[in-house]
Amino acid sequence: MDNLIMIAFSAFIIENIILTQFLGICPFLGVSTKRSSALGMGMAVIFVMLISSSVTWLLYKYVLEAFNIQYMRTIMFILVIASLVQMVEIFLKKVSPALYKALGIYLPLITTNCAVLGVAILNISKEHNFIEMLVYTTFIGLGFLFVMYIFSMMREKLDYSPVPKAFKGAPIALIIAAILAIIFSRFGGII
Amino acid sequence: MNKRDNFLKGIIKENPLFVALLGLCPSLAVTTSLENAIGMTLAVFFVLVLSNFIISLIMSNKKLSELVKPVRIPVYIVVIATLVTIVEMVMNAYVIDLYRSLGVFIPLIVVNCIILGRAEAFASENKPVDSLIDGAGMALGYGFAIMLISVFREFLGKGTLTIWGNLQLNLVFVFDFLKIQPIAMFVQPVGAFLSFGLILAAITAIANNHKNKLAKEVTNNG
Repeated sequence: MDNLIMIAFSAFIIENIILTQFLGICPFLGVSTKRSSALGMGMAVIFVMLISSSVTWLLYKYVLEAFNIQYMRTIMFILVIASLVQMVEIFLKKVSPALYKALGIYLPLITTNCAVLGVAILNISKEHNFIEMLVYTTFIGLGFLFVMYIFSMMREKLDYSPVPKAFKGAPIALIIAAILAIIFSRFGGII
Repeated sequence: MNKRDNFLKGIIKENPLFVALLGLCPSLAVTTSLENAIGMTLAVFFVLVLSNFIISLIMSNKKLSELVKPVRIPVYIVVIATLVTIVEMVMNAYVIDLYRSLGVFIPLIVVNCIILGRAEAFASENKPVDSLIDGAGMALGYGFAIMLISVFREFLGKGTLTIWGNLQLNLVFVFDFLKIQPIAMFVQPVGAFLSFGLILAAITAIANNHKNKLAKEVTNNG
């Protein structure tokens, strides 16, 4: 149990996926201009990440390792994730139109989101078992949502601030991210 | 467009990192030392040049392109993923230290927007040789950009410049001369965001300045 709490805590804060592992920077900068879209993107990422990490973990353990063809990892993972995202989209459209409306436009963007493939690979290289994988993935996703949400609130305020001309847009957003990263890196001292 | 312009546009005018803001994740993560940036550049160069060439070969064949068109994105992904797997295996065999320090970012070249972006925007509509040149220009443009960031970060953070393996320039004497310490923050995650933001702002300022100058010349002449 202690082990799981440790994994959860470090996935959420210390190894925060955006601020220390630099995965999913494109949606972090691109979709974080409004609170509602940050929330939608974060939810969609958690959803897809959990499904894709579970499927790729099972496939890796019971297909690739069983046949000793681990070098096919990259090719298989990306194909599985790309087709899974498509399937999730079709499934949601049919089963839960409300959820589809909330997450729908973010789903196609997720295929090329490096966070999803990144977490699938990290789960393998960290040699997590199935439960650890679920906990790690959930908290990585929550960390993503958390940072996205804070960041989007800061950016909404930023719209009314007098920013120097050269810093408008991406540069100031990166500098704000740096300040957030300082705060998060200090949390590492808790353990 | 002639071949020279085709090559040069990726390096300056349409630089994938500084102008189009593509491929951000690896450019923040691997720029802790110049060696990592060089390794990443070589990997991206190999994948981008060959994927552009192969995809353009597929798409310029009339029969094959008609067959492939409805499923072209999965086809591109398979081509790119195969090339990335080759890079992974070669690096794992010959430069294991570099392979370890780049870590998850080698397989993640698959989802690097630059490579899929060039396949869709350029290689699918142009001749194989042109696509090859385009790929080389874009990869070098990306490479120069991440090397610039890594020089900035490694110099300020450690006072060294690691070129490859043990080949290292030790520039700590500059700090001695100025009586200051290297700022370790710059090689930590914080420094990645900070340096990239500052460099991007500097480049925007230079570009704006250049644009204003051009506009002035036009109005003077007119």
